[in-house]
Amino acid sequence: MDKRLSIIVIEADVERAATIVDGLREAGDHDIRVISEVAGMARHIAEMHPDIVLIDLANPSRDVLEDLAVASAPTERPVAMFVDRSDEQLTRAAIEAGISAYVVDGLRQDRIKPVLDAAIARFHMIQRMRAELVATRAALEERKLIDRAKAILMKARGIDEEEAYALLRKSAMDQGKRMGEIAQQLVMAAGLLTCR
Amino acid sequence: MPLTPVKLGYLPLIDAAALIVAHELGFATEEGLALDLIQLNSWAQSRDMLGAGLIDAAHMLAPMPVAQAIGLGPALPETDLVMILSQGGQAIALSNALTTALRDAGHDFAFTDARAAGLALRAVADRPLRIGVPFQFSTQHELTRYWLEHCGFADDISVVTVPPPRMADAMLAGEVDLFCVGEPWASFAIERGIASLILPGRAIWAAPPEKGLVLNRSFTQGQLELTGRLMRAIWRAGRWLDEPDHRGSAADIVSRPDYLNLPSELAERGLTGRMMISPLGEIRDVPDFIAFNARGASYPWRSLAAFFADRIARRHGLDPVAAMQQAMAIYRTDLYRLHLREAAADLPGASARLEGALAADFAVPAERGQMILRRDAFFDGSVFEPPFAK
Repeated sequence: MDKRLSIIVIEADVERAATIVDGLREAGDHDIRVISEVAGMARHIAEMHPDIVLIDLANPSRDVLEDLAVASAPTERPVAMFVDRSDEQLTRAAIEAGISAYVVDGLRQDRIKPVLDAAIARFHMIQRMRAELVATRAALEERKLIDRAKAILMKARGIDEEEAYALLRKSAMDQGKRMGEIAQQLVMAAGLLTCR
Repeated sequence: MPLTPVKLGYLPLIDAAALIVAHELGFATEEGLALDLIQLNSWAQSRDMLGAGLIDAAHMLAPMPVAQAIGLGPALPETDLVMILSQGGQAIALSNALTTALRDAGHDFAFTDARAAGLALRAVADRPLRIGVPFQFSTQHELTRYWLEHCGFADDISVVTVPPPRMADAMLAGEVDLFCVGEPWASFAIERGIASLILPGRAIWAAPPEKGLVLNRSFTQGQLELTGRLMRAIWRAGRWLDEPDHRGSAADIVSRPDYLNLPSELAERGLTGRMMISPLGEIRDVPDFIAFNARGASYPWRSLAAFFADRIARRHGLDPVAAMQQAMAIYRTDLYRLHLREAAADLPGASARLEGALAADFAVPAERGQMILRRDAFFDGSVFEPPFAK
C-alpha cells in the first residue's frame, strides 16, 4: 500500500484554491495543503517536505520556487525536478492548462499522473471561469461607456436616446470601429472639454 | 501580402526594448511579421511556454538556455540562443543601512570602481550578506557572485530569488541587503527611497550579455526563413535603439501601459545612462549603460555560453568540461551569420574568443573589413579561456 502523497497547492485566491483541492481529493486520499502567502514561501515549502507542489504557471512567484527545484546545498532538500522528466506529453498538457508541478525526485509516474490529471482538469475549469469573467466584465464596461456617451450626446445636441444611439452606431460603422471605442473616445474628449 | 504572426514572450524590463521597438516602429512589418508580444510574469513561465510551443520565441536571461542545456531544468525540447538582445542594463542596489555604513566609512559612490566598492563593502559587512537576484540562472547572479568573490567574500553570502518588481519590497521587508536587477527595477527602489545604487553591472564586467532571443531548435531548423526574418526585425530595432538620440523616445515607448506601465522617467534613466543613484538625487552618468547591437553586443559568442556553463556547472556539482561543450552548441553564431549577413550586420571572424581580454575597444577582422568590439574586461583583470573546439 502506497503512503499518502503530501501535496502543496500555492494559490492566493481562496475560491480558486478550493476548486483545485476539491479536484485533487477526487484523485485519491492525499494530504493536501494550501499556501497563499508569498513571503517566506520557499522556506515553508522546504520544511513541509512535499511530494508534489502545484502552482499557476503565470504566478509571479514561480521563479522563487525554481530555487527549490535545483537546490544543491545539503540542508535544502530539493523539491526536485518539475514534472516527471520522462513524460514530455504530460508536461505539455500541464503547461497548456496553465499549471506547473514540482515533483520530488524518484516519485513513480503512476503516482504522479492521477494527481496531475486531476489538477489539469481543474485548471482548465478555472481558465474557463476566468475567461468568462473577463468577457462579462468587458461587456459590462462597454455598456456603461455607451450609456455615458449617449447621455453626453443627448445633452450636447438636444437629441433623444434613440437618436444618440443611432449617431454612435453610425460613427462606429463609418470609422470601422466598435461602438465601445467610439463611446470611450467621446467620454474622454467630453471629460477634457468640461475640465476647468 | 498577409503578415506572418509570431508570438514573442517578454518580461517588463528596459532590455525588452528591441522587441517592443521592432513591433511599434514597423521593423517587424518590414519583414512581413505581425509580432504578438505576450507579457509574462516569470522566467520559468517563459521557459515553460516556449517549451510547450505556446510562444515561438522568448526574451530570456542569457544563462537560462545554458542551464537548460546542461540538464538543470525540466524536460523540455532543445532550445537555441540566436542573438544577444542586450548587454549591460543591470545595477546593484544596497539597503539604506549598508549605504549609511559605507558613507560613514568614506566610500564615494563613484559608481565606477567595482574593486573599491567591493572592498568598502567587505570592510563594513559584519554579518552574512543576503543577495536578491531575479533568477538563479541570470547574469545578475553571476555578476554579483563574481564581484563579491573577488572582493574577499566567500561562504558569507546567500543568494535568493526575488521577482524584479518585488525587489524593492523585499529590501523594505529586510529580506535582502543587496540586490542586482535589470532596469527599471533598481531605479524603482531609488524612487521609493528604499536603496542606493553602488555599481552598474558594466563596472564588474564591461560587456555582460544580459538577455538573449531564444527559440526551440525545432523552430530554428524547421522555420529557417521565419527565424531569419524575426532576427533581422529585432536586429534593426536594436540598431535604431543604439542611436543616443533615440533613447528618450524609446523610454516613452517601452513605458506605455501595454508594456512597463511605469513613468517613462524611470525607464529613461537606464536607457540614457543617466542614473540617479540615491534618494538624495545624486546623478552618475554611465555612457553605454545598456547596449543593443553596438560594437558586437548582439553577437552570441560561444565563449559566453562556456563562461556561464563553467560557473553554473561548478556550483551544481556537474562536470564543467562537458557542460561547456553542451552550452557552446546552443549559442548559434552560425545562425547569426546566416540570417544577419543580409541585414549588413558586422560579423566577427571567429565564433569564440577569450572573454575579458579587451581592456579597450578594439578593431578586429570581420567578414567585411573590420569591426569594433567593445571593451569586455572583468574588473579584476581575469581572462576566461573557453575550450576551443572545432
